[in-house]
Amino acid sequence: MAWPISLTLNGVARELVLDDPRITLLDLLRERLDLTGTKKGCDRGQCGACTVLLDGRRVNACLTLAVGCDGAAVQTIEGLAQGDVLHPVQRAFIAHDALQCGFCTPGQIMSALGLIGEGLIREGGAGDDAERVREGMSGNLCRCGAYAGITAAVLEAQRTMSEATEAAAA
Amino acid sequence: MNRFEYVRPATIAEAVAAAGAPGAAYLGAGTNLVDLMKLGVLRPQRLVDVRRIAGLDRIEALADGGMRIGAAVRNADLAQDADFAGRFPAVAEALLAGASAQIRNAATVGGNLMQRTRCAYFHDLASACNKRAPGSGCAARGGETRQHAVLGWSAHCIATHPSDFCVPLAALDAVVEIAGSGGMREAPLAEFHCLPGDQPARESMLAPGELIVALRLPAAAAGFAAHARYLKLRERTSFAFAVVSAAAALRLADGRVTEARIALGGVAARPWRARAAEALLAGAAADDAAFRRAADAALTEARPSGDNAAKIELARRIVRRALLLAASGTPARRPALPASPFAAPEDGDAAHV
Repeated sequence: MAWPISLTLNGVARELVLDDPRITLLDLLRERLDLTGTKKGCDRGQCGACTVLLDGRRVNACLTLAVGCDGAAVQTIEGLAQGDVLHPVQRAFIAHDALQCGFCTPGQIMSALGLIGEGLIREGGAGDDAERVREGMSGNLCRCGAYAGITAAVLEAQRTMSEATEAAAA
Repeated sequence: MNRFEYVRPATIAEAVAAAGAPGAAYLGAGTNLVDLMKLGVLRPQRLVDVRRIAGLDRIEALADGGMRIGAAVRNADLAQDADFAGRFPAVAEALLAGASAQIRNAATVGGNLMQRTRCAYFHDLASACNKRAPGSGCAARGGETRQHAVLGWSAHCIATHPSDFCVPLAALDAVVEIAGSGGMREAPLAEFHCLPGDQPARESMLAPGELIVALRLPAAAAGFAAHARYLKLRERTSFAFAVVSAAAALRLADGRVTEARIALGGVAARPWRARAAEALLAGAAADDAAFRRAADAALTEARPSGDNAAKIELARRIVRRALLLAASGTPARRPALPASPFAAPEDGDAAHV
């Protein structure tokens, strides 16, 4: 039996055929589409290394059955940079040394992107509230303990991105 | 993970028909179910994906002042719905105290009610568990019991229901709308989950094939909006299940309690409504002495189910603090750390520790 699904993957429409309904979105990305930037850490939704944006919202790809994603838009770490130009969140992670081994970093960056897009700014003027960033990023573990740098990077990326939005609106 | 059939019905009637077969299970986001299937704890033969059923993703304000929430609404969407959070702030706070942002973005309201216990022995196929394998025994008895029950447990099972969301829902008289092959029925959320007794495998009042289609909060529940909090004690500041938690909601007039609602989480196989404590507060002065008496009343029947007697005193303290926080008023702005106990009652602000 085969399960056809349509995905918009990093902006590109893809028609895929799954041969098994058990395939998670994470395994689809890594094992079938060679997009290995999204990492498999715990495979249980606890570490956040597999975080991707599904229809613009950050989710754990390891707990998401691919067959249920028919019609969805998926954004992975591979879709962030424009050629050699890094995304503001990626630049902020480098600037603040927000990683050591780097294994959790794609998930951290996708989670940060989701966070900036959802709660913080909508809560109103929370731009400098590190406590809200720590709470909002609690679904991403870093065993190297780069949390201080990650928090600083998310705050800076949020400022950069909201300034860019304001400049575009002006 | 075992092989399964995947079906995606378009209507409630199709879903109920598809789930009537033995071995069928409803699939929401799968944040709990897929995990348990990977472990081999659950082995459904058919998954009935309910996320594309028309109307199940709606949040509706009702004419009488209540609200109706479709079973496939995402936890994050409900917590961020300004109208909902304004009327039922303790429910929004509890939602935001649960899991991580990634899981809240996916997990559904119906799935939250139906999530399974986080008892480690239920998850471990090598352990005896009357819930997973009826008659095999309970390895949690005499084991690690920090996450286990102090109320409503039996010799057969001491597991707790892990939901935060359900705790204020139980306090506020939420109603569960259920579809089955015989039509629709309703049940109070506070009685939706079963206590273990001698049949711990039966966890809710749903019959096989029945589907949660919506939750309803009655208009009266919005009357507590000015004084409603959820407070959760856990082993780390974020992304951990409750050791104990409490929802407290008050209606106050001239320094006295007109009406109180209290429920506890992390202490039983269901969100635990503390009606005796509520009755004790009705008409009482809204002060610490009354809140201490209410907290004592809420735990009168509590008994340790293992090496967890400390949870009873923790629960008393959390009930009292939730009442103090509620009395001081629902914060105008959501705290940075929802439901955190690391807050002074007077300012409601919290910080990581």
